[in-house]
Amino acid sequence: MAGYTSVTPEDLAHMLDVIGVGSVEELFDGIPAGVRLRRPIDLPPGQPEQAVYAELRRLAARNVSTEDEITFLGAGMYDHYVPSIIDMLMSRSEFLTPYTPYQPEVSQGGLQVMFEYQTAISELTGLPVSNASVYEGPSAVGAAAYMAKLASKRPRLLVSRGVHPHSRATLETLAVGYGTTVEEIALEDGVTELDALRAALSDEVGAVVIQQPNFLGTIEDVTALSAAAHEHGALVICAADPLTLGVLEAPGNQGVDVCVGEGQSLGNRLDFGGPSFGFFAATEKHLRAMPGRIAGETTDADGRRGFVLTLQTREQHIRREKATSNICTSQALNALGGVVYLSWLGRQGIVELGELMLQRTHYARETLAALDGVTKLHDRPVVREFALRLAVSDREAVGRVLERCAAAGVNAGYALGRSYDEHPDGLLVAITEQRSRADIDRLAEVLGAAVAAERATVGAGATA
Amino acid sequence: MTEGRNPQSPQQRERATTIFEKGAPGRRAFRAPDLDVPAVDGLIPAASRRAASPRLPEASEPEIVRHYVNLSKRNFDLDSGFYPLGSCTMKHNPRLHERVAALPGHARLHPLQDPRRAQGALELMFELQGALAEVAGLPHVSLQPSAGSHGELAGLLLTRAYHADRGEQRTKVLTPDSAHGTNPATVTMAGYEVVKVALDAAGGVDLDDLRAKTDENVACLMLTNPSTLGIFDPNIEQMASIVHETGATLYYDGANLNAIMGYSRPGDMGFDIVHFNLHKTFTQPHGGGGPGAGPIAVSDRIEPFLPRPQVVRRAPSNGGPPVYDLDEDRGGRESKSIGKLRGFQGNYGVFVRTYAYIRSLGAEGLKDVSEVAVLNANYVLARLREKVGDQLPLAFGERCMHEFVLSGAPMKKQLGIRTLDLAKRLLDHGVHPPTVYFPLVVEEALLVEPTETETRETLDQFVDAVAAIVAEAAQDPEIARNAPYTTPVRRLDEAGAAKRPRVRQAL
Ligand SMILES: Cc1ncc(COP(=O)(O)O)c(C=O)c1O
Repeated sequence: MAGYTSVTPEDLAHMLDVIGVGSVEELFDGIPAGVRLRRPIDLPPGQPEQAVYAELRRLAARNVSTEDEITFLGAGMYDHYVPSIIDMLMSRSEFLTPYTPYQPEVSQGGLQVMFEYQTAISELTGLPVSNASVYEGPSAVGAAAYMAKLASKRPRLLVSRGVHPHSRATLETLAVGYGTTVEEIALEDGVTELDALRAALSDEVGAVVIQQPNFLGTIEDVTALSAAAHEHGALVICAADPLTLGVLEAPGNQGVDVCVGEGQSLGNRLDFGGPSFGFFAATEKHLRAMPGRIAGETTDADGRRGFVLTLQTREQHIRREKATSNICTSQALNALGGVVYLSWLGRQGIVELGELMLQRTHYARETLAALDGVTKLHDRPVVREFALRLAVSDREAVGRVLERCAAAGVNAGYALGRSYDEHPDGLLVAITEQRSRADIDRLAEVLGAAVAAERATVGAGATA
Repeated sequence: MTEGRNPQSPQQRERATTIFEKGAPGRRAFRAPDLDVPAVDGLIPAASRRAASPRLPEASEPEIVRHYVNLSKRNFDLDSGFYPLGSCTMKHNPRLHERVAALPGHARLHPLQDPRRAQGALELMFELQGALAEVAGLPHVSLQPSAGSHGELAGLLLTRAYHADRGEQRTKVLTPDSAHGTNPATVTMAGYEVVKVALDAAGGVDLDDLRAKTDENVACLMLTNPSTLGIFDPNIEQMASIVHETGATLYYDGANLNAIMGYSRPGDMGFDIVHFNLHKTFTQPHGGGGPGAGPIAVSDRIEPFLPRPQVVRRAPSNGGPPVYDLDEDRGGRESKSIGKLRGFQGNYGVFVRTYAYIRSLGAEGLKDVSEVAVLNANYVLARLREKVGDQLPLAFGERCMHEFVLSGAPMKKQLGIRTLDLAKRLLDHGVHPPTVYFPLVVEEALLVEPTETETRETLDQFVDAVAAIVAEAAQDPEIARNAPYTTPVRRLDEAGAAKRPRVRQAL
């Protein structure tokens, strides 16, 4: 066992002497006998570095990653290309190994990164103030709802069924704590039903939560939904896919008060779901109610431009039980990846990338819907993801279709029935800049064959 | 000191410019793949089309690289120097962990991949759950929470669900005066009221005050042991029984677990719920403020309420190798789960690093971690008491666990410099200062946590630096009061920043 300690026998003798004890065990004398562990920890012995590497490689090899198949799986996290400069910058010691910047004089790098990140998020979302990151997408939705509850004190929260199922589940979990009821607004023809929203609204509603594009990939009429909510003084919280905001209108220009979302698609790896980052932007009046760290510009004693963590009187370490949130450690390194990605993509790139996804998504949707036994779930405009219906019997049958596709090296997408009982035959297909026309054509071939095979077996079973 | 009046270093001379102030119109780094499908107009309704493209930077790749590399050089980091930031456990971050986390089988695995094709990830998570359960002394683990404070929130929501299941509605949560700010902030978010418990003369929880405040309305006592004062509370067994007698739960803030591995386990102390800070004890690099992960371990009575999904292992009936799965308990009417705290399965990339760390160290290695962490802390403490014990006395007791709190109050009185000044002057010595002004119960607090991965030479240099600053202040306190001098910027106007917040670059 080597570990990462460096005490030699000579060090130990000297240190114990300075402390004035005879052994290291003596330093633990304060632990009462009744709560002592009287046996070794039951874990295998330590291993040399190369053995641990081999073990982690063995485990990695048991996973089918996006390098091993052509994947159309999205549903909240997407297989985008992560440029090499991000790996390089995120692994630099100076970004990787410091703590939260409590000493700004020696943390100007990290603080300025936060300031730049906030600028980029404000610009993307069209909202003037952004924090420096929260954990990830669904908990960002939860954090926004908590802020709305503190601001409005109103007891009801309305959530579109088009909001990611994990976000809705998170809202339900958290709302039990802070005492809000969560009610769902149904979808109709792929989008949030405006009339249902209007009918559900009252002056008891603190916030309305929507998603753009929604979970089915559909573009919502954010302006109309916001206007309806505002008529009752409810805040509008919109979870947005940041990489669509080169082509979709900024939520801040459509009446949204708080825009949050999953940041993974901005230069972060999939990592089986995390770590990534959540972004959180709002209108000016919420600045002092926001959760999390916020970097601000200031000057030093000699008049130099500099950056600090600011408005800390919102935060747990100062305000304790009166804090606007309990968040402490968030996702600074992942947010660095986000702002480097946005800088790399650039002002033109974000539009070009959005446009490319839009066109390929349209091509994929039309191509797949032309297959036998495959139809669109609805006809409304989509950006980078869309829902299909497969003419097969049930959720299990969709599973078998996906299984056949996987055997042919294609991950065809997300079975909607996993989270929408009303769509047992649904399939959600995601497009990124990494999926070429050839990939899409391959999907069409494989999916068409798989659906046909499934229908043939069922048909054969029925006649037998 | 002349440095202050006459800036010397290139970094100090250079005005900070943001990436938005660099570049030029038309410059770019990204090259889009060719459009390989027919272009179609009007795919987005006019009202939803973005009118003005976001004003992101326009810069070339070399420009971006130089910008961020130069920015990185304006950071102090653990790889280059001592970082004894108390409560944060700034231990060495092995690079093996970065290498294995970056393997495509881990890094490029989609979170919704069919569990049958994510067996390696699920096996890793299952094994990690088991290892954390063993370290905590509690049988059930959820890896889902994203950081310590998220684990705390999970813990209180579990407590609420547990009591609700028994038909009880409790309203209060107890926290000692020495608690970290996330504890009371979490209590509020979980819909409870904070009740503070006083400390006794030794820095432990005052048992009489605890008894007086524990009644049928108390849902939970949140505690860290050793406390944020670096002291193992000797009355933990009595505390556990006082709290349990009324049916409340006992919550362990695992920020200080680095002190006791192999010696004691929260479960054996009577705790029902524990969070781990994988970015402290288990050396996930802190990244300048995350990512981290805050898994929780719980007792049998709390288990039914754990978040979903849970990683499970099933032994096939044909005797084949075990199969791992994600149990969503979807629509299960029997389910008492609190649901989800976030998307997907948690910060898997952090789990990979933690798993590698536990495999590298093994049982003895983890015990060695705690032993050396406590040894190093006591060594620094003993040497500081010898050199500057009058100015910076230990706040409580004689010795410490993995960290200790000094009070700068005598120094302030005798020398006219505050703990803040000492901290700023340490920056000129190339050391990251300890945590200052926390815990709140100690006046002018300085919370020092050396960790187990520092050499004796580094510890000695730190002691010498503190002693030199105290000696310097005895001659001329102005030097420390105006420090630092050598950093890229000097003391910053924080009050001004809060008064007129500028939180984004004007574009
Ligand atoms: C004692 C203590 N409790 C809780 C926390 C919160 O942990 P996190 O930052 O991971 O949310 C911290 C650290 O920041 C801590 O030091």
